[in-house]
Amino acid sequence: MKGKPEEGLLISPIQDGTVIDHITAGEGLSVLRILGITGRTTEEVSVATNVASKQMGKKDIVKIENRELLKEEVDRISLVAPRASINIIREFRVIQKIGVEIPTEIIGVIRCPNPDCISNANEPIQSSFLCQRKGYRCRYCDTMIVREIAAYII
Amino acid sequence: MYHIISIKEVSKEEIDDILDRAAVIDQGLFDTEVLKGKILANLFFEPSTRTQMSFVSAMLRLGGKVINLGSVEASSVAKGETLADTIRVVSGYADAIVLRHPKEGAARFASELSDVPVINAGDGAGQHPSQTLLDLFTIRQSMPLEDIHVGFLGDLRYGRTAHSLVSALSRYGARIHTITPGGLELPPSLTHDLIEEGTEIIVHEHLEDIIADLDVLYVTRIQRERFPDPGAYASIASSYRVTPEVLEPVSDRFILMHPLPRVDEIDQRVDALPCARYFKQSRNGVPVRMAMLQKVLS
Repeated sequence: MKGKPEEGLLISPIQDGTVIDHITAGEGLSVLRILGITGRTTEEVSVATNVASKQMGKKDIVKIENRELLKEEVDRISLVAPRASINIIREFRVIQKIGVEIPTEIIGVIRCPNPDCISNANEPIQSSFLCQRKGYRCRYCDTMIVREIAAYII
Repeated sequence: MYHIISIKEVSKEEIDDILDRAAVIDQGLFDTEVLKGKILANLFFEPSTRTQMSFVSAMLRLGGKVINLGSVEASSVAKGETLADTIRVVSGYADAIVLRHPKEGAARFASELSDVPVINAGDGAGQHPSQTLLDLFTIRQSMPLEDIHVGFLGDLRYGRTAHSLVSALSRYGARIHTITPGGLELPPSLTHDLIEEGTEIIVHEHLEDIIADLDVLYVTRIQRERFPDPGAYASIASSYRVTPEVLEPVSDRFILMHPLPRVDEIDQRVDALPCARYFKQSRNGVPVRMAMLQKVLS
């Protein structure tokens, strides 16, 4: 029977790219969806899920090689992981550490759950949600999403 | 450019301004050529009698002209044209657009694409601000809008006229009483907004429990198609019917309103009572829409 792999093998350092740490446990794959990283894209990606964390109990970590996330992409992550921290890596060194900020509006990332909303019609339109204290409000039909936001990620 | 998409975005001062203008117009004091040379495009993607005709009447009374989409079946929409393309094209033909569309948020989307002002004349179960303004105007003809008790009876889930009116009344400090069948309550997003704004919403099971305390009762149609079972509809509809007997305890200044068309929810015997204002309310659509057109086109 094989022993437990070394943690270093699970989460090895990257030379250049982005490490997203302190993702809410179980939301690592949702973070990838928000960033548009699918099995068909070319990025080299590692995901560690349910990793022990002193601060959070458990957390997910995502590493993306050779891609430095833009501020706007980072903020979208707040949808599912408001406590995430983003480390931009160059030559194995953290050159920038960014916390996520909840943006005022999220465009083209989540689908409105209201089937009668114009943003779900066959029109040249992007979904748009206003981020409010109690949840996310569709700019077009006022529908609120207050929980399970990951289920609505496009 | 001034669009009228949702009553929530029209400030209280702007609402008062439109109602003041409408009151002057209602006395026959208006310039019959003020919109001479202006063209209004009426784009009704859904059937409408009162709203469409009253916008036409309002525009003609102010000296303007109206062009119409005509029937959807005979238009380019039937060929699969998007709303976006229709709006881009029509905004080149007219000085303002009045839009009714089955999709919620259609008017906001149209306003993002249009080169001319857009007035929302109803977008699915969403907003219908011109109806709200004429509703407010009707109330104001009988009493000040501040701090009144307004009951809403019927379908508050899908009834867009009720949504817009509740939002507007909350700004005047109204207390909202709802009497509605299960499943047809106010949408959670609207309730959330109202509570945030400090509006008091009181839910009642029976109209009889509150009727004596109301200043206004706003009745909306319970749509048959919301109920899969005809028996359930019949039972609900009969228990939400306003009759002269139900109205016996009302106060002197009480008024009864309905956006029309009504089906069975108000007994026809009520029409003769002095509190029945729904036909007057419907007529008020013209002066209020005249005031709106003047506001967006001037």
